[in-house]
Amino acid sequence: MKTLVLVEHDNVHLKDATLATVTAAAKLGEVHLLVAGKGCRAVADAAAKIAGVGKVYLADDAAYEHQMAENVAPLVVGLMDSHDAFLAPATTTGKNVAPRVAALLDVMQVSDIVSVEGERTFTRPIYAGNAIATVESTDAKLVITVRGTTFDKAASEGGSASIEDVSGPGDSGLSSFVSLAAEESERPELTSAKVIVSGGRALKDAATFEQLIVPLADKLGAAVGASRAAVDAGYVPNDYQVGQTGKIVAPQVYIAIGISGAIQHLAGMKDSKVIVAINKDEDAPIFQVADIGLVGDLFQIVPELTSKL
Amino acid sequence: MKVLVPVKRVIDYNVRPRVKADGSGVDLANVKMSMNPFDEIAVEEAIRLKEKGVASEIVAVSIGPAKAQETLRTALAMGADRAIHVQTPEDVGSEVEPLAVAKILKAIADEEQPGIVLMGKQAIDDDSNQTGQMLAALWGRPQGTFASKVEVAGDSVQVTREVDGGLETVSLKLPAVVTTDLRLNEPRYASLPNIMKAKSKPLAAKTPADYGVDTAPRLKVTRVVEPPVRQAGIKVGSVDELVAKLKALGVA
Ligand SMILES: Cc1cc2nc3c(=O)[nH]c(=O)nc-3n(C[C@@H](O)[C@H](O)[C@H](O)COP(=O)(O)OP(=O)(O)OC[C@H]3O[C@@H](n4cnc5c(N)ncnc54)[C@H](O)[C@@H]3O)c2cc1C
Ligand SMILES: Cc1cc2nc3c(=O)[nH]c(=O)nc-3n(C[C@H](O)[C@H](O)[C@H](O)COP(=O)(O)OP(=O)(O)OC[C@H]3O[C@@H](n4cnc5c(N)ncnc54)[C@H](O)[C@@H]3O)c2cc1C
Repeated sequence: MKTLVLVEHDNVHLKDATLATVTAAAKLGEVHLLVAGKGCRAVADAAAKIAGVGKVYLADDAAYEHQMAENVAPLVVGLMDSHDAFLAPATTTGKNVAPRVAALLDVMQVSDIVSVEGERTFTRPIYAGNAIATVESTDAKLVITVRGTTFDKAASEGGSASIEDVSGPGDSGLSSFVSLAAEESERPELTSAKVIVSGGRALKDAATFEQLIVPLADKLGAAVGASRAAVDAGYVPNDYQVGQTGKIVAPQVYIAIGISGAIQHLAGMKDSKVIVAINKDEDAPIFQVADIGLVGDLFQIVPELTSKL
Repeated sequence: MKVLVPVKRVIDYNVRPRVKADGSGVDLANVKMSMNPFDEIAVEEAIRLKEKGVASEIVAVSIGPAKAQETLRTALAMGADRAIHVQTPEDVGSEVEPLAVAKILKAIADEEQPGIVLMGKQAIDDDSNQTGQMLAALWGRPQGTFASKVEVAGDSVQVTREVDGGLETVSLKLPAVVTTDLRLNEPRYASLPNIMKAKSKPLAAKTPADYGVDTAPRLKVTRVVEPPVRQAGIKVGSVDELVAKLKALGVA
């Protein structure tokens, strides 16, 4: 089977989410990559070095600069004449583009797979991860999004794929990019961090969150996450949200502070290797999944912890 | 401008889903069902567009078994003007997949000619996150997914999207499909008088065949199992003990 993987990037750097998707694709067959962007040859060069990649398609055009789904989907559909499966990381970019490709190919997408069981058989979590379904596609072509936390990353060095320039229909004229408000941060990315310190509603306000959670994260070299309640209350921006409808993470250590452990939150972090919970309520559901729990007032515990590390 | 709002009846988000012992799916017998939370947000946004004078009529649509009508009545009680119920069989395994839902919605969009289709970014049961994007593709229209802000201006709509890197704003030519994220708004509760009024609002009954859509599934769900259960671990009694544990893990 020939697979086509959508490369996740920002026109400068190739993002790690791509590497897990390459691993999933390699289980199906030959792996080709698509880099769609503008001025993104460096990304294609990086993509060509990924171990196990056979070919890199580079679509370098102003129409693809912001990877608008309206423009990227027809480009992918064109390439699918010569491929059997399209895979994208289950990031907001992949989730935006892949279903549009699937519908144009008249294919039912398999979302957010966590394993490859056979050529057309996959498992995927449903109901906020409270059930794992095995699904088999009967469509002629496959369209798949891949959960990054459950596949190993392909090695980013070792390959020497050729790069082929391709072009698509270009700008659809249906949509245009206006702006991106992104926070510059030195911190590791949530979805690839080894350690995450997450804060919940109990943190009271943005200033308290900053005073308590951030220094602890700094001490541990950790990424900062949050519950929906903390994001809704404006303590931190939207992209910090961990959960069923936020980011799915699986770090080596996840430290949940003042988070109750609602199923929607657990859905995003229960595959973490070690879960640490700090909560004043000893019956909080988070303790049912925590490997290490400490019952007490976070306003005392967290400063003490930070100072002793 | 007309706004079309697809709504889905799903397990209530407070209910802990249980997998059936025979591995055929999730047990939904006698389980509380509600409108998909993201769809409530979509209905609310449509009502706000109407209150601002941007939208003229709100049409709610649901594809599902007879009980989907309850969800449509909720949408009507919140403030939708009329509803379309596309009825599908009751039996397990006849759930309609996003691709077929999108095809039905496309046919309805052709008939109704809405300016915006406002829908949820994902249904919390199947968590597919596909239907809106698929509808946009089939309809040949732009999509603003994961919206946290929607502003209609003339013949376009500006949508602020919750993306992995922050907030992205895009401009879409109308008509367009917009899918809602959590922070778009806080949905209102339907008042008792409005619940009463909703009972007499028009609700059209249709079937997938009326729209010429084949709903035969493309994906076979062969097995549904519980995920491995995480065991609760230990509780430590002090910060010093916690520090020792973190050091042992090699992270501190
Ligand atoms: C255990 C299990 C077994 C299943 N077995 C089968 C099976 O045998 N056959 C089969 O065909 N499917 C099956 N399904 C899938 C079916 O139940 C899902 O409803 C379907 O895949 C839709 O996915 P979604 O709602 O997550 O889509 P999403 O793309 O996540 O939905 C996004 C939005 O689309 C709109 N929308 C979605 N559905 C509707 C609707 N019906 N009416 C109105 N608006 C809607 C809503 O606005 C919603 O917020 C199964 C699912 C599960 C969990
Ligand atoms: C459709 C939908 C999608 C959702 N998606 C997500 C999602 O993706 N991610 C997510 O996180 N949530 C999600 N939610 C929300 C989820 O249901 C919970 O409401 C949310 O996770 C609660 O956040 P919390 O734990 O911070 O707040 P709470 O549940 O209020 O918990 C606060 C905790 O802090 C503890 N506490 C209070 N004071 C102190 C103190 N001084 N010291 C120590 N502990 C203290 C309390 O004991 C309590 O356990 C979603 C909900 C819906 C309906």
